[in-house]
Amino acid sequence: MQVPVLKQGSYLIASVQSALSDADLLQLRDDLSDRVGRFRSRGVIIDVTVLDVIDSFATRMLREVAHMLKLRGAETVIVGIQPDVAFAMVQLGLTLEGIGTALDLEEGLAYLDQLAKRTLKHAK
Amino acid sequence: MPNDAQIPIRSAADIVTARQEGRALAMKLGFNGADLTMIATSISEVARNILDHANHGEIVLRPLENSSKRGILIVAKDEGPGIPNVNQAMKYGYSTRKGLGVGLPGAKWLMDEFDIQSDVGKGTTIAMKKWLH
Repeated sequence: MQVPVLKQGSYLIASVQSALSDADLLQLRDDLSDRVGRFRSRGVIIDVTVLDVIDSFATRMLREVAHMLKLRGAETVIVGIQPDVAFAMVQLGLTLEGIGTALDLEEGLAYLDQLAKRTLKHAK
Repeated sequence: MPNDAQIPIRSAADIVTARQEGRALAMKLGFNGADLTMIATSISEVARNILDHANHGEIVLRPLENSSKRGILIVAKDEGPGIPNVNQAMKYGYSTRKGLGVGLPGAKWLMDEFDIQSDVGKGTTIAMKKWLH
C-alpha cells in the first residue's frame, strides 16, 4: 500500500498506514526524493506508528531515505517507533545513526523547527 | 502435521503475509507484547533470506506443546544454492549482498532456539523456536 505524503509548509509528512512491503518502501524513497525537490521541502517526517515490524531491510531503507533526502537538502525525522519495535531493533543491533527520531508527529515537527532555527542562526 | 500453516515465499509481499500469519498464530498461542514483535521480525528476516538467496521457498508455522511448555516453531525452507559457510553467514555484519548482514544472526538472537542446516546445491532449512515463558 502506498504511503500518503502531505505537504505542511516547508515540511513533508509521510504517514505509513499499514504494513509495508519492500516495494512500498522503495516507492516511498523515490516519492520523497522527488517531492522534496518539487516542493522545496526542508524537512521530512516519516510516521511509522502503525509498523509492528521494522526489520533489517526496513531499517536499511529508512537510512537510505534519510541520507538521500539529506543530499537533496532536507532533514528527516522518523517518528512513532513503538516500544516493542524499538526493543526488537535493539536486539537485532539495528540503529538509525545520523537520523533524527522523535516520539510522535508533534515532537517531530518541534525537532525540525529546532533544526531550522539553528540553521538560521548559523547563517547569520 | 494438521496444525501446520504453510506460506509460500515467492515475492516480497509474501514476507508480509508470513510475518502477519506468524504473529496471529503466536497471539493465539498466548504470546504478547515484545514476544510477538520478536517473532514477526524473525520471520521477516528468514523469509527475506529465502527470497534473496533462493528466489522461493516456504515458511511453516507450527504450535509446539510438550508436558511443561508451549511455544511456536517456525521453519524456513528453500531449495536454493545453499550456504557454503554457515558459520560465516551467521556472523554479525556479514552479507553477500548489500544487506546489513544482521538478518540471520539477528533472528537467532530474537528466538529461543535456532538451527540452520544447509547443503550446497540442495538448499537451506532454518528451524527456530520461541517458548512461552
